[in-house]
Amino acid sequence: MRLHALQRAVARAVMQPLTPSERMQRKAPGGGRMSAYAARYIKPNDRLTSFERLEIYNRQYWFRVLGSLAEDFPGLRAVLGGRRFEAMCKAYLTERPSRCFTLRNLGAQLESWLRHNPAWVHDRRVLALDMVRLEWADIETFDGQANPPLRSEDLQKLELANLKLSIQPYVQLLELHYPVDDLLLEVKHGDDTPDRASNAVQERRKHSKVRAVTKLEPARIFLAVHRLDYSVYFRRIEPEEFVLLSALRNGKTVERAIELAFRRSPVPVPAADRAAFVQHSFQTWAALGWFCRPEANVEGK
Amino acid sequence: MPGNRFNGFTDYGIGIGLRAPHYDHILSRKPIVDWFEIISENFMIDGGRPLHILDQILEQYKVVQHGVSMYFGSVEKPDREHLRRLKQLVKRTNTPWLSDHLCWGSVDGRYTHDLLPMPYTFEAAKLTAQKIREVRDFVEVPLAVENVSSYAEYHVSEMTEWEFLNEVVERADCGILLDVNNIYVSSRNHNFDPLTYINSVPADRVAQIHIAGHSKFQKYILDTHDHPVIDPVWKLYDRAIQRAGHTATLLEWDDSIPSFQEVHREALKANRFLAEKSLAVAV
Repeated sequence: MRLHALQRAVARAVMQPLTPSERMQRKAPGGGRMSAYAARYIKPNDRLTSFERLEIYNRQYWFRVLGSLAEDFPGLRAVLGGRRFEAMCKAYLTERPSRCFTLRNLGAQLESWLRHNPAWVHDRRVLALDMVRLEWADIETFDGQANPPLRSEDLQKLELANLKLSIQPYVQLLELHYPVDDLLLEVKHGDDTPDRASNAVQERRKHSKVRAVTKLEPARIFLAVHRLDYSVYFRRIEPEEFVLLSALRNGKTVERAIELAFRRSPVPVPAADRAAFVQHSFQTWAALGWFCRPEANVEGK
Repeated sequence: MPGNRFNGFTDYGIGIGLRAPHYDHILSRKPIVDWFEIISENFMIDGGRPLHILDQILEQYKVVQHGVSMYFGSVEKPDREHLRRLKQLVKRTNTPWLSDHLCWGSVDGRYTHDLLPMPYTFEAAKLTAQKIREVRDFVEVPLAVENVSSYAEYHVSEMTEWEFLNEVVERADCGILLDVNNIYVSSRNHNFDPLTYINSVPADRVAQIHIAGHSKFQKYILDTHDHPVIDPVWKLYDRAIQRAGHTATLLEWDDSIPSFQEVHREALKANRFLAEKSLAVAV
């Protein structure tokens, strides 16, 4: 089909990486001169050559997708530094171009891609992967599905012996090796501050971010990324809470989930305190609206 | 012709694009606005704050959906997940009509996230019209296609842009979202008379009109939606409503977004032309 061939050819040129000076490459996809490639498809006019007209779209494509990733992953940008982050994004998008109609999902495969391409994060691999996971969880939580919360009358209908509870789909549970939640909040706070009166102010912020990254010491943390009043929060949780919530999400009964939580506990909770620990945890999660009716209609449907 | 079958026989006035920096103002001050246009893709999600905001807007305002990624001109079939989510949103908003662009933007499952210009060929017109029909049949609301700003033309084109637009809408039997700023931008980039374009559009198919600002560079004009509407574009708007009548009009302002009041004030300038038109009809 002629239309298909044309669209393939133009898309290849549009999605080909820019030069370091953000211009269209002189070399065409598959070899040859880009000026000849462009001239095959695009008419020149009295002001612009075919190359220059195609270049407008080539530049627009990269500015748009790179801008989108920079907006979605400011934490990873702070970890890698602006220059390496941009180079990494170009490599990621070249290998895994968008396959979804919405830019929202542009970074969906970034974590798996980085695991296969560790050279981009070689000296900060664990920290970078932690940050990517947190930032993707942030996106998923922001507009994730919310089912109607579990009510006390719903509990009455359930068989307590084999009680299973569902966790809200928007709640994301993470086990991380660095306290990247603090770092991301610091980075975001810097970005959100409206005072941009001078370059000096921006420079100070940039340096403080770099200091925050280099000073970050490893520390195993467990996090629930959740929503309250439509805002996203990072809540640190105990290892036992993480295991318990993960088990519930995986369909285990409450009884089994509690058993697993204490069996795998790194610093065992004394047996005498376990009942109070469980009661407090469940009360907190219920107050935060984390339990939902499993068979409920999806929000938005 | 205040309403037609392409905009659900509605008589909407002057609207503005619903944008995040204005949420607080709109929800707290509740300004009088005829209607809001939303970018469908921003709300084709499962939950959270965007849908919560939208539901509050829907309680008080009329909302029309405008899409940016259906790519009627792309060779591949419409994405089923895209269609499912779009229809779900249509049910939520009760939009009387739906619009997206006359362009392509994806190929072989890869998305450029841009509004790429069509080659103006009969093959492309036939395929595009077929896809518009498929989408309309699925979402079950009238559909209008918007002419895009463009910076390139293809050697293979067999007709002008307006002839292509006419060919597509006749074949698809759909409406037109006439963007007069895009006509102006393309006319400067491709050296044609924008009035010829406007005078060639089938007026009875115009469901909605877009107005916007743009950025001028040394060798071309870019459709940036970050400035007020310039006088030559208002003149094109004047001509468009002379032909199409009192038509739902929307101001787009998507970058360097000023205060809500400033955007609304700019949009309401359209009233001057609409009032003159009404007066002329009365006389």
